Amino acid sequence: MRYRLWRVGVFLAASVPPLYWLYCAVFNLLGPDPGKVLVDNLGLGALILLLITLAMTPLQQLTRWGGWIAVRRQLGLWCFTYVVLHLSGYALFIAGLRVELVLRDLSERPYIIVGALAFIGLLALAVTSNRFSIRKLGRKWKTLHRLVYAILLLALLHMLWVVRADLGEWLAYALIGGALLLMRLSAVAGALQRAGVLFRENPKKIEI
Amino acid sequence: MLIRVPPSSRALESEVTPESVYLSRRKLMQGSLALAAMAAMPGLASADAQGVYADVEPSKAPGWFDEKLAGARWQAITAKGESITPFKDATHYNNFYEFGTGKGDPAANAGKLQVEPWTVMVDGEVSNPGRYSIEDLVKPHAFEERIYRLRCVEAWSMVIPWLGFPLADLLKQVGPTSAARYVRFETLVDPERMPGQRSGFSLIDWPYVEGLRLDEAMHPLAFMAVGMYGRVLPNQNGAPLRLVVPWKYGFKSIKSIVRISLVSEAPQTTWERIAPNEYGFYANVNPQVDHPRWSQATERRLPSGLFSPNVIDTRMFNGYEEVAGLYTGMDLARYY
Repeated sequence: MRYRLWRVGVFLAASVPPLYWLYCAVFNLLGPDPGKVLVDNLGLGALILLLITLAMTPLQQLTRWGGWIAVRRQLGLWCFTYVVLHLSGYALFIAGLRVELVLRDLSERPYIIVGALAFIGLLALAVTSNRFSIRKLGRKWKTLHRLVYAILLLALLHMLWVVRADLGEWLAYALIGGALLLMRLSAVAGALQRAGVLFRENPKKIEI
Repeated sequence: MLIRVPPSSRALESEVTPESVYLSRRKLMQGSLALAAMAAMPGLASADAQGVYADVEPSKAPGWFDEKLAGARWQAITAKGESITPFKDATHYNNFYEFGTGKGDPAANAGKLQVEPWTVMVDGEVSNPGRYSIEDLVKPHAFEERIYRLRCVEAWSMVIPWLGFPLADLLKQVGPTSAARYVRFETLVDPERMPGQRSGFSLIDWPYVEGLRLDEAMHPLAFMAVGMYGRVLPNQNGAPLRLVVPWKYGFKSIKSIVRISLVSEAPQTTWERIAPNEYGFYANVNPQVDHPRWSQATERRLPSGLFSPNVIDTRMFNGYEEVAGLYTGMDLARYY
């Protein structure tokens, strides 16, 4: 496997924050409402991981280093893992495992609905992230995984509706997310152009 | 740990051990053992234990506070069957957006707040308007301690022993005229010492404004606090003077008050202005009327441990049903 050390390093780095938060919670360092802190941290952590994941392609284009793409799937799965923990924390600490509360939240509250939609999207991407699915779905796989852009928008909306009085922090993430999406637009345009040039020169070289 | 040491001469008759208990040594020893065991577990100390609070940071109080403290009536109102929130939690988990939106920001940033000297502007429909020093406002009133549940609109709650006097007493002191129908309160504006007020992305139009209907303000439960846990108010909890309205969500209990106006029209409050569909003028604790973004049916009573989440049912008027008469005939789903 290429970039082995790099992959392991990324794996360790992504697993440190939840372990650190768990350590803080066990030793009462998160204050009187550790469940809420954990849920908030995991949610924000998931958003940051999503932004990092989306930065891998532009970074690769910029530097031509394959290592970025080598950890992209792993980072996406870490984002999904954080979201699963975020949801479990919500069910356990906020809803107190009361099913009727969760159901009511799911049917009534826009920010919960938006969050749930983002989760379903991520779930679809996570279960199709293996080699088998990539082979099986073929061209459709790429279309399906473009869903990640919609998921980013849903996640940002979810966070915006949680913010109560100060938009500063949200704006920073929204700007980064917007920039990453914009790079897609120009990158897609650029790639299409290059593909077009290649096609005219030698149709057999095209790979997707 | 701060322990109140009253002069030894100040024992009340009610505190004298009855002869029957005095004579039965065994029972007395069991009793003192139970007390010692309770004191050893601050988190479990019952709300009706005598006014000793564990792990309270000592503080230097202004003269006007110490003068009054000696005559305070302790445990004037208690919260039966409730555990008092640890001092550390009540002082390090706060919403006081003037110092930042994080729960730890107030404790981290409020140290710079200048609470001495402090004046409160009293104006509007009153017979004695003017700029009052905190000394003059506090002097006519005897301190009492009240242990109240505090229910935040964000669905967490605490139980806090406040020190202060009824708001009604302060209002009588300034004398509302017949035209007065509402009370409007304002928090200090001091961007130099309040970093939250310097944020360019804040949705709040400072100063923070809160209000009560005059009959709500005159209700005996409405309270002006100057202290908590047997000491002067820490800055992050709204020093030197704050409101405590236990049957309403916490944001109604405005902190670090610099202006009290008696007015004839309902004042527009800060949260009403930001999100009128989420925060109404009344903001009575009501498990049946949800916040548009979350349920108000339950609350996390803090501390709520990771391995023992403490989610309890929210009570109508936060359990202070005696205020219900203020709202007879009102549709509380409409006037939330």
